[in-house]
Amino acid sequence: MRKLVRHLAAMAAIVVAGGLLSATLVRLAPGFGTDERQLDSRLNSESVEALRQARARDRNIPSFYLHYLLRALRGDLGESRTLNRPVRQLLAERLPVTARLVGAGLLAGWLCAVLLAVGATLTRKPACDLLATLVGALFLSVPAAVLALLFVFASAPACLAIALVVFPKVFSYTRNLLAKSYSLPHLMTAYAKGSGPLRILVWHVLPVAGTQLLAVAGISVSIALGAAIPVEALCGIAGIGQLAWQAALGRDLPLLVNLTVLVTVVTLAANWGSEFAGRDLRTREA
Amino acid sequence: MKRRPLALLAFLLLVLSAAVGQSGGELRFYLHSEPKTFDPLLVADDASETIRYLTGGVLVRVNRRTQQAEPELAASWTISRDGRSITFNLRERVYYSDGTPFSAEDVAYTVQRLMDPALHSPTGDSFRSGSGVVRTRVDSPARITITFPAPVAGIDKLFDQVAIVSSRSANKERAVLGPFYVADYKPDSYVLLKRNPNYWRRDATGRQLPYLDAVRLGIQPNRDIEMMNFRRGEIDLINWLDSEYFDRLAGLAPEVVHDAGPGLESEQMWFNQFPNAPIPAYKREWFRSTHFRRAISGAINRADLARVVYGGHAQPAAGPVSPANKFWFNAKLRTPAYDPAGALSLLQQAGFRLEGTSLRDREGHAVEFSIITNAGNKARERMATMIQQDLGKIGITVHVVTLDFASLIDRITESYNYEGALLGTANTDLDPNAQMNMWLSSAENHQWNPRQKSPETAWEAEIDRLMKEQASSLEPAKRKACFDRVQEIVVEQQPFSYLVNKNALSAVATTVANASPVVLRPQTYWNAETLSVRVQTASKH
Amino acid sequence: MRRVRQSAWVLLALVVIGSLGAGLWAPADYATQFREAPNSPPSHQHWLGTDELGRDRFSRVLYGTRVSLLMAPAAALLSTLLATLAGGIAGYLGGWWERIAMAATDLFLSMPWLFLLLVVRAMLPLNVSPITSIAVTFLLLGLLGWAASARVLCAGTRGLRDSDFVLQARASGLRGFRLLALHVMPNLKPVLLAQFWISIPVFIISEANLGILGLGVAEPLPSWGSLLRELEGFTSFGFEAWKLVPLLLLVLVVSSFQIILSRDEVYA
Repeated sequence: MRKLVRHLAAMAAIVVAGGLLSATLVRLAPGFGTDERQLDSRLNSESVEALRQARARDRNIPSFYLHYLLRALRGDLGESRTLNRPVRQLLAERLPVTARLVGAGLLAGWLCAVLLAVGATLTRKPACDLLATLVGALFLSVPAAVLALLFVFASAPACLAIALVVFPKVFSYTRNLLAKSYSLPHLMTAYAKGSGPLRILVWHVLPVAGTQLLAVAGISVSIALGAAIPVEALCGIAGIGQLAWQAALGRDLPLLVNLTVLVTVVTLAANWGSEFAGRDLRTREA
Repeated sequence: MKRRPLALLAFLLLVLSAAVGQSGGELRFYLHSEPKTFDPLLVADDASETIRYLTGGVLVRVNRRTQQAEPELAASWTISRDGRSITFNLRERVYYSDGTPFSAEDVAYTVQRLMDPALHSPTGDSFRSGSGVVRTRVDSPARITITFPAPVAGIDKLFDQVAIVSSRSANKERAVLGPFYVADYKPDSYVLLKRNPNYWRRDATGRQLPYLDAVRLGIQPNRDIEMMNFRRGEIDLINWLDSEYFDRLAGLAPEVVHDAGPGLESEQMWFNQFPNAPIPAYKREWFRSTHFRRAISGAINRADLARVVYGGHAQPAAGPVSPANKFWFNAKLRTPAYDPAGALSLLQQAGFRLEGTSLRDREGHAVEFSIITNAGNKARERMATMIQQDLGKIGITVHVVTLDFASLIDRITESYNYEGALLGTANTDLDPNAQMNMWLSSAENHQWNPRQKSPETAWEAEIDRLMKEQASSLEPAKRKACFDRVQEIVVEQQPFSYLVNKNALSAVATTVANASPVVLRPQTYWNAETLSVRVQTASKH
Repeated sequence: MRRVRQSAWVLLALVVIGSLGAGLWAPADYATQFREAPNSPPSHQHWLGTDELGRDRFSRVLYGTRVSLLMAPAAALLSTLLATLAGGIAGYLGGWWERIAMAATDLFLSMPWLFLLLVVRAMLPLNVSPITSIAVTFLLLGLLGWAASARVLCAGTRGLRDSDFVLQARASGLRGFRLLALHVMPNLKPVLLAQFWISIPVFIISEANLGILGLGVAEPLPSWGSLLRELEGFTSFGFEAWKLVPLLLLVLVVSSFQIILSRDEVYA
């Protein structure tokens, strides 16, 4: 229990630091405090100055961040500068969209990757190995943006684009790990003793490769979230990725800080979850 | 007797055309961003402008085809001799979409709110010609006089942008006088407009307008998806088409594309002449030299820009006003001729010399500068790359830098840390008064050298004088003469090098009846109240 | 499989030689605009047609390949080195070191790096040559791309640290750097190599994504990223297959790397 509390405290510290870093980054970025409307030739000097003042009110980062944290404790996440709407409302609308997209993409990506890697390793036929390598390389070589466009064109579900971004990375790691595990001496002994391929996979290979595979699980969440930005932007999906891109372009300080905090929480939860699971696996192994 | 079959035929045609025109239906098209506001007085972005145009009732409407002011909620109006007052005689028995009656009180309320300095409304700022209070006098429920502190030139046409807000309705955004009202809004997804049951206008046969039952405005920032869904018949029109897509679509379905000719939009390039800009002093000296600016302008092949970048759907530009602006365009101006030899000769007169393949100034500095433009705008990136090659021919090295829009605005309006810039102007207003904040040397948007305490050059002083003179004059001919001269000075001095005027390209499905795209915004649905959608089933293009 | 691997070597060699000698056999300079023939299909004069400004696509592919093939591995090397430093050492030392390094990695992974790239690009001086701009872009990608690899390397090192043979070596009195250099690092080689090779296409693709956002290589210098921008309009598909050549080349090169490396990774 004490360990869990310690982990949660560390997680909270990282989340707070992430938010502060993000806020500082936005504040220092060129274009902070500017507004597209400044170029509107109908506006007179007073109106342009008013726009400047309105956008520049968060220039003092420590003050902004302190107020943000105090408000956040009360459940108020502030208001988006570019969309003129409460951030909490925006997140509530868009989070389920991205969660569904990324969740389905991760599931499909992992399923394909693990099945193909296991298949290629178990068959040990050069043709299968070559085919698996080529399929992995093909999707590793296609930018997420191009994948997204292809899926738009084919009217295919966008989560498959995420799956194809996750798939080659997971496949590559999994295949290497499995290959390494199969070359271990105790497996040779198991083979010599006549153990079946499935038994070897379940009892000897997966426990060895499991720890590192779980480390990849955490990273694959980050990869999928990263891919969500171009996929959502290009497929016209109103999720967190599209929101992040809009916030970045508009130097929307409250929105970007909240999004960074959210992504930090998800990343940490995924990484630490996989870490705990890995430790648990190691403990059982021991 | 011979006339009877003809009359019968004419009657049948009339009935048929009326049936076609009145079939209603739902018109579907996309907004490219979330509307920033539903308050018609605060509109500044395209999405909100679309909603204001379709829902807002105005006193005067500029006919998008004839470009003339026409009576709308005001049956007639008179402008006082001193140009400070305008009196509107309003239509009677007009009701808001929520049933509340429309009267002069609503106009007074709208104008007072619009002119509130604290509101900072772009539409309101267009009316500000002098300091002081705007007064409204309600003579009767159907008559109102609005008095401005100083004369406002072209005052009647300015009311085209002012949607009259209800002074009495509880939900002011739902109470409108236009053909449609906002029935539903799902953020990030769509805005649904429904037919205003109380809309005052009727067609020639006496039937109440609009014909359409609804307008569904999807929110879709991606132009590729817009194009794809248009081809699949999921949307009915694209208000603005990229020339590349226009040509592709024209190849597949020529009947749906429309090239209305040069629009009001222009693309221009300028150099930073701001005295405190953090750029080398010798470069500022180049940029402040008229010979240098004219030489650069002459070395750019505008015909190639129009042909290669826009596939011929653009015209080389001469000056700040597009030929689409029928009244204000100065037809005497000629597009700067592409003449690299002439450009070199001009540069030599200004003390530059060509050493091998590199152009150098009097002090031996190689002529090299950067042009910034906004990232993601393919046409501008391509134009900048072509200008890079054109200027390379006269020994000038150009670096093309694409920046995200916020960084770009920061450089051109705050830090002034840039050398050359390539951007466009989307003119929504025909009258030069809307550009006062661009041409006056003291203005914020006097891009090449903003916020001057007093004009730094004689020609800028001349532009200031002419712009103020046209703004205070009520004689169209005199105003036109002043603004013609402004255009001539701009072409002579090249503070902005105007490059091309893009054509107004659009696509309208054949199922949409009565569509007649024009060059002024909104090109395709300017006559929304008379549009109708014949068949609701998807058809492919 | 051997023949396939040999073919991959030949293909890779051809691509490398082809791009390095671009100046010798490219029919035109990559920046020359044949304005009378924009967007033209393949012909005797332009084997892969011309782009939207009339530039010879074949020449641009050759030069673009050179840029990407030189820059992406450099960025991959930089990021793998950083990842080895952060992840490898943290995993080997364990305890608080590991916790701090992993917390920093988590923080780094959560940051909006695309925004950071956008900001740094906007802060760069404007008068830099295209080659400097692409070098800076890849340098940034290398500096920012270490975090994901660091986690994997940390997990790998931790696994090795606790393995029997390392415990045995430790029991035999081997400590510190010698243990790291003789037993941990050689066994970490497959993971390191995998990280390195996987990073190359990742960086090429990141540069392509930046290019699509208009924040990649400055005009007129081509790179695979800027060449892939031609795929943006989906209407291109089906009608103009030659525009897919840069993508095809990218797939072929990355696949060749994978095929060549698959043996080394497995048996290393």
